[in-house]
Amino acid sequence: MLDSVFIFSSLALLLGLILGYAAIKFKVSGNPLVEQIDAILPQTQCAQCDYPGCRPYAEAIASGEAQINQCPPGGQDGVDALADLLNIETMELNSEHGETKPKRVAVVDEEVCIGCTLCIQACPVDAFVGSTKVMTSVIADECTGCDLCLPVCPVDCIDMVEVKPTMRNFVPNISEVVNA
Amino acid sequence: MLNEYVLILVSTILVNNFVLVKFLGLCPFMGVSKNIDTAIGMGFATTFVLTLASISSYLINTYILIPFELEYLRTIAFIVAIAAVVGFTELVVHKTSPVLHQSLGVFLPLITTNCAVLGVALLNVGQANGFLASGVYGFGAAIGFSFVLVLFSAIRERIESANVPTIFQGVPIALITAGLMSMAFMGFIGLA
Repeated sequence: MLDSVFIFSSLALLLGLILGYAAIKFKVSGNPLVEQIDAILPQTQCAQCDYPGCRPYAEAIASGEAQINQCPPGGQDGVDALADLLNIETMELNSEHGETKPKRVAVVDEEVCIGCTLCIQACPVDAFVGSTKVMTSVIADECTGCDLCLPVCPVDCIDMVEVKPTMRNFVPNISEVVNA
Repeated sequence: MLNEYVLILVSTILVNNFVLVKFLGLCPFMGVSKNIDTAIGMGFATTFVLTLASISSYLINTYILIPFELEYLRTIAFIVAIAAVVGFTELVVHKTSPVLHQSLGVFLPLITTNCAVLGVALLNVGQANGFLASGVYGFGAAIGFSFVLVLFSAIRERIESANVPTIFQGVPIALITAGLMSMAFMGFIGLA
């Protein structure tokens, strides 16, 4: 009776040790699925999806909390890519969260700017350069066109300007080329 | 010698298919067959678990239970071994394919209670299979399981777009399909 208990305990202990070793060996830091979803999202940090940024939205998708169609900057192509990654049916972009707009950047009207720094605090990607009572400027390469600085500006000196394709940043629209 | 193993393989995959002829492991057969990609992933996971579980349960039975005359603890010992193998598989799948881990969901740990796995381990003991024969038997059973799971999920994907009468939609038509597949597999009985 006692030796059967002993044999069984040592068997369980052995299997437990193997599993414990495997848990260390195959340790997964964070949730790799979140990384893959985050890589598809456009990283505008615009919060139109009702989450504070792209990464929280990716976490919400991974946990099944959010639908995949809440990202207007990603557009229908982004929704399709997410559906493809997650092996689920694709869906229409939810227009409640906004419309897909062409890429734009913020431009500060430097005559009007009073240097209040409110836009610096609102910007999710730190694209504003400036200080108190000094005219503020935008780093165009950093700006994601998220519109979050528009409502906080007390003198409405920020304009969103569409980015015209130049020789340096032109990306051909593959689907248009194929369908032509 | 080789003939014997080929015979075991053919027998477990087609003639004595665990799902459609012995009716073991029906839970994942119904649960994970909605999408062919998920079904293929489940097939791989189950193949890995079944082969390892039948080998490890053979080792436990031959080198621990029989020498110490503990055969009455066989079921518990096998379940412990299977649970350990499944836990190991889940760690590996989580690491290598997070998307598959997500889509398999609860069915991955539920391989532990897949009666096909325990069934193979106990049948190995009942048929007094040797070490290699146990491994081949488990592998064949798993290939048979994956085979019909993938076939079934392909059929179900087609049924999705078919015009099924309202009362038969969903699980009922799936069960009828499974029954028809089972009858078809009964036709293999003449093979071995």
